[in-house]
Amino acid sequence: MLKITNLHVGLEEEDKAILKGVDLSVGAGEVHAIMGPNGSGKSTLSYVLAGRDGYEVTDGSAALDGEDLLEMEPEERAAAGLFLAFQYPVEIPGVGNMTFLRTAVNAQRKARGEEEMSAADFLKAIRENAKTLKIDPDMLKRPVNVGFSGGEKKRNEILQMAMLEPRMCVLDETDSGLDVDAMKLVSEGVNALRDAGRSFLVITHYQRLLDHIKPDVVHIMADGRIVKTGGPDLALEVENNGYADILSEVA
Amino acid sequence: MGAAEKNMGAAITPADGPAWAQSARDDAAARLAATGLPGRRDEYWKYTDPTSLTEPEAAQAALFKSDESPFFDGIDRLRVVFVDGVFDADASDNLTLEGVEIERLAEANADIHWAKGIFGVLEANGQIPVVRPLAALNTATAADGVLIRVTKTPSRPISLVYRHADERSDAMLHHVVRVESGASLTLLENGPAAARFNKVMEIDVADGAEFHHVRAQGRDHERRVATHMFARLGQESVFKSFTLTMNGVLTRNEVVIELTGDDAVAHVAGAAVGDGDFHHDDTVFITHDALRCESRQVFKKVLRNGATGVFQGKILVKKDAQKTDGFQLSQALLLDDDAQFLAKPELEIYADDVLCSHGSTTGAIDEDALFYLRSRGVPTVEAQDLLVLAFLAEAIEEVEAEDIAEELNTRLTGWLERRR
Ligand SMILES: Nc1ncnc2c1ncn2[C@@H]1O[C@H](COP(=O)(O)OP(=O)(O)O)[C@@H](O)[C@H]1O
Ligand SMILES: [Mg+2]
Repeated sequence: MLKITNLHVGLEEEDKAILKGVDLSVGAGEVHAIMGPNGSGKSTLSYVLAGRDGYEVTDGSAALDGEDLLEMEPEERAAAGLFLAFQYPVEIPGVGNMTFLRTAVNAQRKARGEEEMSAADFLKAIRENAKTLKIDPDMLKRPVNVGFSGGEKKRNEILQMAMLEPRMCVLDETDSGLDVDAMKLVSEGVNALRDAGRSFLVITHYQRLLDHIKPDVVHIMADGRIVKTGGPDLALEVENNGYADILSEVA
Repeated sequence: MGAAEKNMGAAITPADGPAWAQSARDDAAARLAATGLPGRRDEYWKYTDPTSLTEPEAAQAALFKSDESPFFDGIDRLRVVFVDGVFDADASDNLTLEGVEIERLAEANADIHWAKGIFGVLEANGQIPVVRPLAALNTATAADGVLIRVTKTPSRPISLVYRHADERSDAMLHHVVRVESGASLTLLENGPAAARFNKVMEIDVADGAEFHHVRAQGRDHERRVATHMFARLGQESVFKSFTLTMNGVLTRNEVVIELTGDDAVAHVAGAAVGDGDFHHDDTVFITHDALRCESRQVFKKVLRNGATGVFQGKILVKKDAQKTDGFQLSQALLLDDDAQFLAKPELEIYADDVLCSHGSTTGAIDEDALFYLRSRGVPTVEAQDLLVLAFLAEAIEEVEAEDIAEELNTRLTGWLERRR
């Protein structure tokens, strides 16, 4: 599904290397977790995959089902099935949540040569998904993320994911700022989307999210590299001993 | 009248017309003679060059051609049509509407006319403390226009439609509106009007009356326009005016409002979009002279590729206008580095118990928001348009009639799409 090879990324504005050779391969239907200390480059990886400006890829590649992601515009990546749940979802005053999602769903369909979703089907789908995620119908009418609490923003990301039905979902610290109940809701939302044809890359600082979203593979990222890869137990090791042990072990 | 005479001011010959209007016309001509026409050095014209509005001949302006339906086409309204500044009875609807007297200025020959206390009077009041010579010129010389007196809320809006048939037309219109106590009027305005158009509208809103105004202007890019609205608001009255401007090589819209009755409400808003040699100027002066009045200004401009936006807005709160609630917002979204926005927001407050705020900003498209939209699959151009409409939304929200607000959004979307 997603294949990242020897990815080197620096900043466009200044001479600073952030990712220093990331190798990662996520198979169809798999859930991979990336853990790592703050500043190790996790968000940078997610942004580079989604196509945000400001980064320069100096070496390596990233492909989605064999298609070169790095050559595509952000909207093309989305239409190809990539989705990033942002660590910090953006507030967009003046654009209604519902309008935004409908525009997005139909833009992706159009890009893929599919028929647009009817207003009725869209309404039905968004109401169902919102209900599952306990999103107040009122929130759908409000401007995108404006005045949403931290938890509401994260649930709104998952709602978008559910509506857009991507193949490759990257979740960047979706657990941050969530209380236990909200985390359960979000995890249930994610788990409901787990499917043989859909893969997840779950970035998290803490192990607790992985109690709810059970990963197949866990990677530890430090200083712009994947320094260790293992099974779900690796997450527990981090939880119990912190990153220091693992980092000194691989150093 | 030759335009060289116009420039001399003193040589102005007041228009012929109803006798009751004559003294106001003579007075306006005298005021104009004293001030002269606006010039480039006038402080009030610092950001907008008045030359093309005052020079002898109107510059040629291509007639507007479009496949699009005219504005407000889908709205049930009574149309009053002017072609190059002259009333066209054949093109207009029958001017009878229950609760409303509608008369052509040129033909309003009653000896004693209700408009006498308003015609040229609100305009003259609006000349203090800043002179507005183009409005005085209009009062003195505009021969045509419409007089509307509303005694009972009519069943549908009145719509002033301006058509442009002559590439060199130099038109003036002077309208007077009086909404009597307890009545409400919705007035629409749209259309190209003329190559050069000078318009004055005086609006007297009686105690407890309401005036709602929506204007769409400027699709005909080459024309030059100077408009003035002078409004006087009675106790607990409501005045709401919204203007959409799309294109236009020169537009100067002046709005002068005097809140003279307690608890009156005045909202003035505008959305303007333009590129290239588009120049758009909103100049607003609101005077609070009564207790607990509310005024609100919301002006948004989207500019690109050399376009210029101007905002001069003032709230004057007189000494006894306690509990005034004044709000003023002017914002520009610059879509590239060539566009510019010049703003002069002012507050002058002599009462001590008031709530007044003003804010003016100039910004570009929010890159984070743009990326967020694109990351969800929205193509760049569409994402940009969404953000432009979002920026304008706060101004459009000032339009209360939902069908009209929807049309404004549709027109804006069309404008944006044509420029992709
Ligand atoms: N746009 C940027 N400008 C400057 N520094 C950046 C930028 N993006 C990332 N960095 C730096 O790159 C490093 C990795 O950041 P990030 O990817 O956010 O890490 P993580 O998500 O793992 O906490 C940090 O040192 C951060 O300060
Ligand atoms: Mg991060």
